[in-house]
Amino acid sequence: MTKPSLPDAEELLAALTAQMRPHVTAQTGLVGIVTGGQWLAERLHRDLELEVPHGSLDVSFYRDDFQRKGLKHQVTPSAIPFEVEGRDLILVDDVLYTGRTIRAAMNELFDYGRPASIRLAALVDRGGRELPIAAQFVGTMLALPAQYNIELKRDAQGRLSLALQQP
Amino acid sequence: MFLSSNPQLNKHGELHHLLSIEGLPAAILWQILDTAQSFVGVTQREVKKVPLLRGKAIFNLFFEPSTRTRTTFEIAAKRLSADVINLAVNVSSQSKGESVLDTVANLAAMQADMFIVRHGQSGAPYLIARHVGEDIHVINAGDGRHAHPTQGLLDVFTIRHYKKDFRSLRVAIVGDILHSRVARSQIHALTTLGVPELRVIGPKTLLPSNVDNLGVHVYHDMAKGLKDVDVVMMLRLQNERMQGSFLPSPQEFFKFYGLTADKLALAKPDAIVLHPGPMNRGVEIDSDVADGSQSVILPQVTFGIAIRMAVMSILAGN
Repeated sequence: MTKPSLPDAEELLAALTAQMRPHVTAQTGLVGIVTGGQWLAERLHRDLELEVPHGSLDVSFYRDDFQRKGLKHQVTPSAIPFEVEGRDLILVDDVLYTGRTIRAAMNELFDYGRPASIRLAALVDRGGRELPIAAQFVGTMLALPAQYNIELKRDAQGRLSLALQQP
Repeated sequence: MFLSSNPQLNKHGELHHLLSIEGLPAAILWQILDTAQSFVGVTQREVKKVPLLRGKAIFNLFFEPSTRTRTTFEIAAKRLSADVINLAVNVSSQSKGESVLDTVANLAAMQADMFIVRHGQSGAPYLIARHVGEDIHVINAGDGRHAHPTQGLLDVFTIRHYKKDFRSLRVAIVGDILHSRVARSQIHALTTLGVPELRVIGPKTLLPSNVDNLGVHVYHDMAKGLKDVDVVMMLRLQNERMQGSFLPSPQEFFKFYGLTADKLALAKPDAIVLHPGPMNRGVEIDSDVADGSQSVILPQVTFGIAIRMAVMSILAGN
């Protein structure tokens, strides 16, 4: 089987930014999921000229697979540098797949307060949902065989790219 | 003590019980400190809880009285959404003659997932860890004179918070080293994390005879020992553990080894002062210092919760 080819992450991000622009205000709170979503949130925050600082979430303490996997990787502190209560939020992640990460992220966000709304932006939606979760803003849809993982990378110049991992 | 295999680690080399800092690889200490850092953020939120250990039963098994340690373990478990059961065993089954292992076996039969053990005898948590089922985790919350690993960890966490890098630090531990499980855990933690100069200061009668084997510099004079240190770690004078005459009197101890503003002035101007509590004001530490600007004694208590959350969640996931 030939290796699937991946789209250019910078082009997807430009498309995602254009999609989101009409739907945000300066007070919209962006929350990136560590680490790929956090990089995207940084860029979106700058390009959409939002006033509220962007936040980041590491959902390790909220995952539903803790029983099986434990706390293996390095946990980064979550940082939400704005008032969540009553705010319109947009969660940002690099790849949307089963939806379990997003569920964990929403649970964590509610522990900071009660947002007015939460929308979801993803650079890549690869289908395969196991929960009733949908993204409002999507860079691209991409069908991939289950054995592949896609990961967002960032080089020293800050340029984003997608990489394929085969377990 | 355990050269061939460390009873704290599982077959993958991961932490299964936390019994002592001695013999733990630095990578595990860093993992605990970094995970605790993430929990500090959690405890500053509106909702100070995460669902990580929901449905787990954690038994605080205290064969020796303690308020602060027991309470911080209890808070830590509750912030992880676990169910906590507090048992002061010295006043219940032990007085009826039940053995430690029988007590533990009964609690395990109540589907315990984790035991937090404090015991007056060194090694008691090891005994319990050896006899529980393999899906049960044991944390040593202080055993005799041997170890108090979560205290040692919260101390190094506090030092990292204020001083950032261990590799340039001069640290002094002051007071009753002989009776102190805290001091032993601090020495192992600081050494493992790469502190280049570690000093212990105390009267000859309160220093173990083999203390220099631990890689520390020994001082009997505060003026010399505190010179230019970055961190001063005071210990409690363990009155209840003293039988016989180690000291002429607490007043005499304060005169020579009590931390006063004058003595602290010999350390670096930005030196921090730690104390594991409970403090004997006017015995090992002067109130001016305990409440002064260089004291980080209350932050230690706050960080202790994050450290215990980190240890519990790492154990439960391994």
